[in-house]
Amino acid sequence: MIRTRPTEQGDQAPPSNLTRRVLTSRQTRLGLIMLMAMILFAVIGPFLTPHSPTAIIAKPYASPGDGLLLGADSLGRDIVSRILSGGINLTWMGLAATALGVTLGTTIGLVAAFAGGIVETLLMRVVDVLLTFPTIIMAILFISMVGPSRPILVILVAIGLTPGMARVMRGAARPVMRREHVMWARTIGLPSRHILMREVLPSVTSPLMVEIGLRLMWSVVGLASLSFLGFGVQPPASDWGLMVSENKDGLAIQPLAVLIPAACVALFTIGGNLFAEGAARVIARTEGTRK
Amino acid sequence: MAIETTTDNAVKAAPTPKPSRRATLAWPIARRALTGLVTLWCISVIVFVATQAMPGDVAHIILGPGGTADQVAQLNKNLGLDQPLVSQYWDWLTSVLTGDMGNSLVSGQPVSELLSERIFNSATLTVMAMVLILPLSLLVGLLAAVFRDRFLDRTYLGTSLIVTATPDFVLGSLVIALFGTVVFKVLPPVSLLPPGDEPWQHPRQLVMPLAVMTLVGVTYLSRLVRVSFIDVLESEYVQLAIIKGLSMRRILFRHALPNALAPSIPAASIMAAYTIAGSVVIEYLFAYPGIGSALVDAVAGHDLPMIQAIIMLMAAAFFCFNQLADVLGTLNKSR
Repeated sequence: MIRTRPTEQGDQAPPSNLTRRVLTSRQTRLGLIMLMAMILFAVIGPFLTPHSPTAIIAKPYASPGDGLLLGADSLGRDIVSRILSGGINLTWMGLAATALGVTLGTTIGLVAAFAGGIVETLLMRVVDVLLTFPTIIMAILFISMVGPSRPILVILVAIGLTPGMARVMRGAARPVMRREHVMWARTIGLPSRHILMREVLPSVTSPLMVEIGLRLMWSVVGLASLSFLGFGVQPPASDWGLMVSENKDGLAIQPLAVLIPAACVALFTIGGNLFAEGAARVIARTEGTRK
Repeated sequence: MAIETTTDNAVKAAPTPKPSRRATLAWPIARRALTGLVTLWCISVIVFVATQAMPGDVAHIILGPGGTADQVAQLNKNLGLDQPLVSQYWDWLTSVLTGDMGNSLVSGQPVSELLSERIFNSATLTVMAMVLILPLSLLVGLLAAVFRDRFLDRTYLGTSLIVTATPDFVLGSLVIALFGTVVFKVLPPVSLLPPGDEPWQHPRQLVMPLAVMTLVGVTYLSRLVRVSFIDVLESEYVQLAIIKGLSMRRILFRHALPNALAPSIPAASIMAAYTIAGSVVIEYLFAYPGIGSALVDAVAGHDLPMIQAIIMLMAAAFFCFNQLADVLGTLNKSR
């Protein structure tokens, strides 16, 4: 549908390029800006910290003043420094988990739709079993055994994203398999990998784009929640989810130590959702609701 | 998402000419029960492999870095870890099926005894939340559908987009800050219950966890209700009823409601499933003594039998609600 010439697209003729078309929506632009801003904040933040985020420099819950802009947290560390350096892990782990989960899920979904028959049934059965296991429970199960190392967290969250992704992509790819250009490619015997990458994948970019936004939101929600439960980034390292649970007992004295990190996580995930829903709406409007 | 699978079954069942309704439904449900058993078995294998079959680490994890080789060997023997994996799995499965989950490594008491009160507390909280969520979602979804694309609907959609994207612990912290500690100090910020008390003896403790669960549940479910109401309101017979000049109230409650309700029932079941997974975060945040917070404690204390029991329990409950949603979806489609 992206390859169709503009003249074939009816009266309104939206931009043929998917990215530009999706960005016509104000909601999508806002979501993307929020995402970019939070990523930028998380990446630059660690270089701007006035103090070391792990150094104990004041009394617990010391009030602002004395060079501490927002005061001190539950152990007497600078809140500003901890907020500034608390996003980088969440960001890279969220992006990595999303990339891994989306790639895995798309591969499984496309291969299932392409192969059909017994391969499809088997793959989808495995997906069904994985779907019956809530991501956060599975993550807790494995973390309780092997410990919360960061690569393991990324892999667990990615595995949690994979089954849902595989289902959506299989659903999107199935009608594509019956299109002429794919049938033609199969008939002249092009290698399967070539067909999937060159013929099928470009035809499912619309749902893919929506899903990337959604999965990014879910992986950040999942990682932040695990970190809040104490199964994510380990103290003394700083992390937004961890900060909320570290400082929640001092909520009455030092509310900003909880509310600002919580707001940072929320802005990140809301940005992802705004983008995904905005993109879904634009795509539904310009391509018709094809499910 | 789980509803998707049922479509295949419903389509297969439909073309048979005039079979009795019961016979048409029996097969998909029987098949579902069978695949369900297989899936539950798969879950038990995953839990077992993740906990006991991990190469030789369990005793070290329990004893911590200070454990001597003798202690490790002794513990391995006590836990039956020196036996072959298959027989370990068999012993574990048979005792789980007979309700014997072993003893807690922390307190030494039987896991089933420790958990029974926690399960009751969690179930109470979930049931109370569902009782609030179902009518509220219907009302909100209906209002949004009736005022579609107007101010009320747009505000609702925007709010639900934000709430959906916000992690439960962030919402919970906000609610605590608002009503518990910072702005209005009207509610207790933690929901500790004295052991032995029923949850409803302490209603003030339950308000905030329930509020968060309800908020999350209503935003999810009411969106589905809204969409199915919009579909029904656009259908020909409702349009005809409007042309006939029936009152809006009559159209909504007599004609639209029963039809819009049907697709929401499986969704409610799915939501109950997600509430179980979400309860871990909510219970931990409010220090509510349910199985979610028990899981966090068990992991922190390396209490292996507790971890196994709770995760099996949660996975099984999650799975049952998902299956229920599928079956309800099938019933719905074949109607």
